[in-house]
Amino acid sequence: MNTPVPGADTVYIDPLRQERSRKKARRDAAIGIASLLGFVIVIVLLVGRSSGWEAVQKTFFDGDQFVESFPGLLQAFWLNVRIFLIAEPLILIVGLLVALARTVKSPIFLPVRVLATLYVDIFRGVPTILIIFLLGFGMPALQLPGVPSDAIFWGTAALVLSYGAYVAEVFRAGIGSVHPSQTMAARSLGLSSFQTNRFVVLPQAVRNVTPPLLNDFISLQKDTALVAVLGPIEILRRAQIDTSSNFNYTPYVGAALIFIALTIPMTRFADWIQVRSARKRQAGGVS
Amino acid sequence: MSFEFKSESEPESFIRVDGVWKSFDTHPVLRGISLDVAAHSATVLIGASGSGKSTLLRCINALETVDAGSIVVDSELDVTAFNADLDAIRRRIGIVFQSYNLFPHMKVLENITLGPTRVLKRSKKESIEAAMQLLTRFGLEAKAHDYPDRLSGGQSQRVAIVRALAMEPEIMLFDEITSALDPMLVGEVLDTVRELREGGLTIVMATHEMSFAKEIADQVCFLRDGVVWESGSAEQIFEAPQRAETQSFLHRVN
Repeated sequence: MNTPVPGADTVYIDPLRQERSRKKARRDAAIGIASLLGFVIVIVLLVGRSSGWEAVQKTFFDGDQFVESFPGLLQAFWLNVRIFLIAEPLILIVGLLVALARTVKSPIFLPVRVLATLYVDIFRGVPTILIIFLLGFGMPALQLPGVPSDAIFWGTAALVLSYGAYVAEVFRAGIGSVHPSQTMAARSLGLSSFQTNRFVVLPQAVRNVTPPLLNDFISLQKDTALVAVLGPIEILRRAQIDTSSNFNYTPYVGAALIFIALTIPMTRFADWIQVRSARKRQAGGVS
Repeated sequence: MSFEFKSESEPESFIRVDGVWKSFDTHPVLRGISLDVAAHSATVLIGASGSGKSTLLRCINALETVDAGSIVVDSELDVTAFNADLDAIRRRIGIVFQSYNLFPHMKVLENITLGPTRVLKRSKKESIEAAMQLLTRFGLEAKAHDYPDRLSGGQSQRVAIVRALAMEPEIMLFDEITSALDPMLVGEVLDTVRELREGGLTIVMATHEMSFAKEIADQVCFLRDGVVWESGSAEQIFEAPQRAETQSFLHRVN
């Protein structure tokens, strides 16, 4: 007369309870959709009935203008993508080196530490667009031999320096987030402080800061448009030219859509990474 | 001839801790502590939290620098010297911590082979073979390719012990290695220590497991206020402690 013991992987839910929670899920979904629809209708009515809507529609949402400008915008956007692809790895390198420079303790490296701190303080404190102006117009004006005068070069360099300072701080926070007991364990195995950094601290630090880093990348994708102030025809510049020749703002909307098409997948990816790493840490327990 | 005679009949102390002081900021933890550990013996440190057990262990393998005094291993390796050879110290002395401190981003096998490949400069193949042998010896071979977050507390701590053993130390320091464990998992970890003891490793262990201390210890040291308050064989300390503080401590933990 032993009570049967369920297997370790048996899942049992009372059918009545299951039915009830299914019903609740269906009702919640219906309410959500109805609420969303209602909200959209209200917005459409409010905007559509405003007195200026017709004019706005003509200047911002002109179908012909859109079709006409779009291929040119897309082509110009390729420059933004290239700036991003070149700047991004350089930013990671600068950021990591500066973060490491700020953590070395040996007295002989004091100049390195001071320089790194100065760099972060200055480039994090000055607006990116100002750095672009200063480097983009200032460096070529020096007419130093061997220094390029190309606007795209200096625009990209300014982005690297500006973002490098931010990313350095992100890395530094990541290094700080690795528990000192990890360093102690590595040192107790005889690893040198360089080996401890290389094999134990940095891999964990990078993992911990991946979500905020991706966030900075998304921001960088948009800020490639700031290089427009120096003159190269990237997407914002292209849109500006189209707009002023046709007295119609639709190309701006087109440019915005192109940016969104690139940043939204990146944002979702960042979210996914964040959720995954949170789950991992939860499962990690004491370590 | 005379050397052999001397080393066999009256073994010199293998670890000699002599008048060591250590404070953190203004808080003294070790206050002139002295202690001798014979080769191939097990010394158990007991005492209340804050009595200096952990700090002493960390000083022995130079994870902490001492403020005064000296610690000499094998009458030649001065752990506390200004220019101490940290590599040599840590090759000869392993330590296992209360909180395992496994590297969470590495698989069990990688945790174990990191030291041998990077510090001892052994080949990857050789290190993996040695690691697998150790894992098999302690019944952990099935976990070799898991990440630490897939291990129970007891398994984690045994892997941490294997990781330290992979460096082939002569001395193992155990810092309350069962304190973070579920009571049901303490046994498997203590079994591991017991086996190492029988294998002739020199062990210094801080623990709150009094019955285990009684069983394994050649020497028991009761630490209080940063000094060895009373020491002796397990029998002397547990059955007939001489000082009132030792008696009241043992009374409280039993």
